[in-house]
Formats: sequence, C-alpha cells, structure tokens
Amino acid sequence: MSEERDPAALEAEDDLFVSAMESPEAARLSAEDISPSSNGPKAEPVLLDDDPDDPDDLFAEIDEDEEESRDTFDIQISVSDPEKVGDGMNAYMVYKVLTKTSLSIFSRDEVCVKRRFSDFLGLHSKLASKYMHMGYIVPPAPEKSIVGMTKVKVGKEDLSSVEFVEKRRSALERYLLRTVKHPALLKDPDVLQFLESSELPRAVSTQALSGAGILRMVNKAADAVNKMTIKMNESDAWFEEKQQQFDNLDVQLRKLHASVESLVCHRRELSVNTASFAKSAAMLGNSEDHTALSRALSQLAEVEEKIDQLHQDQACADFYLISELLGDYVRLITAVKGVFDQRMKTWAKCQDAQVMLQRKREAEAKLQHANKPDKLQQAKDEIREWEGKVQQGERDFEQISKNIRREVGRFEKDRVKDFRVVIIKYLESLVHTQQQLIKYWEAFLPEAKAIA
Amino acid sequence: ALCERDKVKFTVHTKTTLSSFQKPEYSVQRQHEDFIWLHDTIVETEEYAGLIIPPAPPKPDFEGPREKMHKLGEGESSMTKEEYAKMKQELEAEYLAVFKKTVQVHEVFLQRLSSHPMFRKDRNFQIFLEYDQDLTVRRKNAKEMFGGFFKNMVKSADEVLISGVKEVDEFFEQEKNFLLDYSSKIKDATAKAEKMTRSHKNVADDYNHISGALNNIAADNNTAFKKHLEKCAEVFEKLRKVEDRMASDQELKLTELLRYYTRDIQAAKDLLYRRARALADYENSNKALDKARLKGKDVAQAEENQKQCLQKFDKLSESGKKELTSFKARRVVAFRKNLIEMTELEIKHAKVRRLKCYVYHYMFIRQCSGILI
Repeated sequence: MSEERDPAALEAEDDLFVSAMESPEAARLSAEDISPSSNGPKAEPVLLDDDPDDPDDLFAEIDEDEEESRDTFDIQISVSDPEKVGDGMNAYMVYKVLTKTSLSIFSRDEVCVKRRFSDFLGLHSKLASKYMHMGYIVPPAPEKSIVGMTKVKVGKEDLSSVEFVEKRRSALERYLLRTVKHPALLKDPDVLQFLESSELPRAVSTQALSGAGILRMVNKAADAVNKMTIKMNESDAWFEEKQQQFDNLDVQLRKLHASVESLVCHRRELSVNTASFAKSAAMLGNSEDHTALSRALSQLAEVEEKIDQLHQDQACADFYLISELLGDYVRLITAVKGVFDQRMKTWAKCQDAQVMLQRKREAEAKLQHANKPDKLQQAKDEIREWEGKVQQGERDFEQISKNIRREVGRFEKDRVKDFRVVIIKYLESLVHTQQQLIKYWEAFLPEAKAIA
Repeated sequence: ALCERDKVKFTVHTKTTLSSFQKPEYSVQRQHEDFIWLHDTIVETEEYAGLIIPPAPPKPDFEGPREKMHKLGEGESSMTKEEYAKMKQELEAEYLAVFKKTVQVHEVFLQRLSSHPMFRKDRNFQIFLEYDQDLTVRRKNAKEMFGGFFKNMVKSADEVLISGVKEVDEFFEQEKNFLLDYSSKIKDATAKAEKMTRSHKNVADDYNHISGALNNIAADNNTAFKKHLEKCAEVFEKLRKVEDRMASDQELKLTELLRYYTRDIQAAKDLLYRRARALADYENSNKALDKARLKGKDVAQAEENQKQCLQKFDKLSESGKKELTSFKARRVVAFRKNLIEMTELEIKHAKVRRLKCYVYHYMFIRQCSGILI
C-alpha cells in the first residue's frame, strides 16, 4: 500500500514546484505593468479599450472617479446587536447601525442609529427610483423571507432562527457597505439621512401586500412584456458584447452558487456523521477489553469529535464567505441587467418621440394645404415641442450609455477586488483548519503507537 | 486481479517451502466463487469446529463505478470534452479503488489460512493453490442455498440458547459476554464510518463541480479576472484530489478494518456457538445415560455416546481457548497497525492541503499587492 502512495505524493510535490515557479513569473508581469500607467490618468477615461490584454483593462480606469474614491474611501459601517421589539406577529428586529467616518459630508465622526429591515428596503426603493433610470447600478437589498421572519416573531429561540438573524444581519451590513462604495450614492441625501438621523419615517410601501407593493408587481410584469417587444437596434458593439456576457455570467454564477450551497450542505452532513462516528467509536472503546486498545479507541473518538467541530466551523466559513457573497452577486447581476433594460427603455422612448415628431411634421404638412392658420400655429408649436423631446431623448440615451459604461467598469473592478478578498480569506480559513487537523492527529499518533 | 468482462479473475501466486506441495511456486487463476467454495468446505469440516474460521471475502462490488459509467455514457453528448475526460479519469480512479479493496480482502483470507498451522495443511486449500485448471466448482444449487439459509436461522435461535446455557468456565463466560457486546458495537461503528467516508466523497465531488463552474465563468471573461478564476478553479481541483485520496485512505484503513473485524467477530461467535452446541449435546447425552441406567437398557451405548460428547466438548474448549486468545492478540495488532497508518496518512494529507492552500494564498496576495495600492 505505501509504495503506491509515494508516486502519487511525488506527483503532488511536482505540481507544487511547478506552481511555485509560475508565481514569480506572474508577479514580475504585474510589476512591469505598473510602470507605464503611472504616468498619470489617461485623458479619455470613459473610452474603454477593447484590448483583451489584462493590464490595460485594469489600468485604463485610473481616472478622476477612481482617484476620488480612493481618497475618500474612509468609511466603516457595521450592523450589529439585533434586538427583538414587540411581541407576536407585530414584532420586528431592530439593528444597530454604526457609522465611523472622517468624510466631511457627515455631520459627526461616529453615528449610531437603530434601523429595522423595512427601513433598509425603503432606502433601496428610493435609490432605485432615483438612479436606476440613469443607468446607475443600485445594489439590491437583501431578500425578504416570510418563513424566516415568522419563526423569529413567534419567538422560537432555536438554532435556525438564530442563524436566520445572523444571516440577515450580515447581509444588511454588506448591503450598506456596497451602497456607500458607490461614489454617487454615498452623497445621496437619503443615504445620509438613513445613516445619521435618529428618526426615520416608516417605509410602509415596502410591504408586499400594500398598494405600492402591488403596483410594483404590475410594473414588473409590464416591463417584462415590454422587454420582449422592444427590438433594439444595437449600434454599439460594446453594449451587445456586455449584454451577452452578463447573460452568460448570470447562468454560470447561479450554477456556481448552487455548487457552493451543495458544498455547505455536504460539509454539514460530514460534521454530523463524524460526530455520530465519534460516539460509536467511544462505545466500541468501552466495550473493548484490551486496555491499551480501549484507551486508543476512546482517544480516537475524542479526536473525531474535535474534528466534527472543525467541519462545522469550516462549513460556516464556506457559507458566509462564499455562498452568501455569490448570492449577493447573483442579485447584483440582475440589477446590472435591469440597468441595461433601462437603457433599452430610454432608447424606445427616444424612438417613440421621433415617431411622434414625424407624425407632427406630416400633420403640419397636411395643414399647410388646408389653410387653418390657428391650427397651423398649434402644429408648429407641437413640432417644436417634440423636437425638444427628441433632443432630450437623445441626450438621455447618450447619458445613460455613458453612465452604464462607467458603472460596468466600476462593477468589473469591484468584483475583482471582492473576489480576491474572499479567496484570500477562504484560503486562510482552509489553512487554519488544516493546522488544527494536523495538531489533533499528531496528538493521537503516540496513543495509537502505544497500543501494545 | 484481472477483469474479464463480468467475471473478476484473481491471480493467486504462491511461494512455498512446505514439503506437502509439489512445486515451490504456483500461479493459478481463481474466481470469487472459488474462494467461497473453499471457505464453505472448511466450515463444513468437522475437524475444524474448534477453530475460528477466517471469514469469507465479500463479493467484489462494482456497483458504484458501473453506475458512474452508465451516467457517463448517457451524458456524453451534453458534456464538453474536458468534462468528459475528467469524469472518465474519476471513473478509472474509482474502479481502481474497488479493485484494490477486493484484492486486499481476498488476499487476507488466503493469508489467514496459510498462516494457521492447521488450515495450511488442509487438502482443499492445497488444491485451491495448486490445481492449474479451472476449479469448476459446483455452484450451490437452490436447495443447498436454502438449506444454508435455514441453518443460519436455526443458528440465531440457538444463539439465544447459548446465552442461556450455564457456563462453567470463567474464561468462556467472559468471552461470550465480550463478543456479544463487541459485535453489536463494531457493526454500528462500521456503519457510521461508512457514512462518514461517504460524506467526504460528497465534499470532494462538490469541489469538482465548483472547479468546473469557475472554469466555465473564466472561459467567458477575457480580463485579468479570467486568470484569477482559473487559478481559483485550480485550487479547488487540487483540493478535490486530496480530499478524494483522503476519503479512500480513510476507507481502506478505518472502514475496511471495522468491516473485516465485524466479520471476524462473527466467526469467533460461530466458534462459541459450536462449543455451546457440543456442551448441550454432552448434557443431553448425560441425561440419556441416566435414563438408560434407570431402564437398564443400552447402557454401554449411552456410555460410549457420553464419552464421545465429552471428548468433543473438551477438544473444542481447548482449541477454542487458544483460538480466542490469539484472536484478541491478532485484533489488537491489526487495529494498532491500521490506526497508526491512518493517522499518518491523515497528517500527510492535511500537510499537503495546508501547503497547497498556503502557496495559493501567497500567490493571490502577491498578485493583489502588485496591482492594488
């Protein structure tokens, strides 16, 4: 048996050496690429190179926006201390939102307010209605969960409702951080009010069954129908390519998310099975009449118990680090696609305006021959009105296109950052788990050897 | 072992210095059913009633890999070339693992026989090792199989009897209690170990899917992100390999150990059963003798019967004691060896995992600091 292991182990070591040799290459590559771009921000920040070479894509974005956000990115937000207020079905959770910052737009260095879940939803809905049609990617709020919340309301203090509250708290924190990372949203008065003012008007329209809620659902349906009927004449290859990319990414990301959720589930199973094996091994040790073997088996049981705890912790890490983040990104991609749709809507409006203008012009031409001076004047006025609308529509379209390009660039950079942070943390957690495993097994080895 | 379509053929290679063998070296082909035949003939041999008979090796179980092969065949059209190649690789690894397991367990069976002073002289064992033609052993026909089944049922009823029989010998009393308790505990431990190993394999599978999904996403991107994603996919792929190997090692060292000893404990219990049977026979013969003396008829016959029963019982007790003592020693040695090997492998795998994670962690950090400020 041992002979068969060694070649496999050797192969593993070979892999390591190969990888270790690759990394100096990669590092050197990055070092070289910094130098040309440090000559300062490029003149035309928005025009993205279609060059697929990676260094260019990343460094092309060192424009004014980026420098601004780097200077001003000094804000920390934490969501903590969930407290239950009230009883029964009217109960709700209140979270403490603590903001620490040195930015001047805030009135104080440290602000602490209490907010409930519907406040967050209210904030999101205001931001979405203000900015989405301009092409800004507004971070989506965490999802509602009737089942989860009901359990909490009813007062069950069990593990699943504690987990649910923790999941939600973490999601709310990520939501706020993502929102303030957006340079425009950070300055928005609603955001400032949310973070600073002690009293906030209750956001009633976020309830699912309210009038506003139903209106939202109707609008969503209408949008979906419209999307199918609008056949946009895409003149810009960049948009076509990006649209396709995001559609693909949506599908792939959901698959990845499902795989990670499966990993979390199986790791939890592993932890349960390890615990039950530990118990069984302990009983076997008790039954064993050879003293040294009996002791060794009991020790084995203890080791497995510790390992079970390790698995649980690792599962938690899997979950909070990766799975939840992926869920956020799935929703974020939906928001991105929404913004593309807004652009389509804007284009459609522009087209409609042009059609109207054409009609008005035709009507005026007809009136020219009909000799009705007052109607003619009206027609001329209408033509001017619609010319204005067409111009506005074209401006809107250009603006939203420009905004989207910038937003997508920011999104792509942010996701690289997020990804790096997550993968580094995850690898750290894995390393830690392995350290513990090694410690436990090395402690057990002498016990096993002591069986005589 | 060789695989020939449906039947797995084992190549049994023997080297011996025993004079009872005609040649110093043999190499024959045997099938699983031949091993079973050998085991059954030994069980049925009256002479060996006082010995613990090594448990028969279980049938080679290729169900898992076969299922996977089926899935592979069905999904071939819907998979990419890389996915297909990967799955095929996995399949081959699984086949290999099952092979290793079944070869080991058949080998151990023969080794037990050859290392026991009595079994190694057995005529059938010799035939098994020497006869260079196919042992076209008569497969058990339906009646014999049913008879065997019935015998097992009677045995379990007798087991209840055994626990009731008054034991005069302290040694056997202790052994009986120990074996009965231990047997249920070890069965339970085996089942739990199997579940645990299964979970490890599931986690490895998930790593595989995650790696594939990351590669799919990377394929669509053509930025620096793509490199990151691909590196990340690599990490998960390496994790999967280690996790898989660890699960197989754990299975071989721990689960298989427990499985084997569950069967061995059963063989020891069978020995106890046979001895208890002999004791019951002896007590019956005593009663018969008393009755004969009372009636004054067939006394000589009854005396002879009683003498024989006593002889049998004594012989079983004597060899039984030896066997059970050496069984305990054997068990302790096997557990020790396997636990040590398993622990060493766990440590090795954890170290490899740690090293790989650390290397990738370092790489990512360096890439990070190269670009971000």
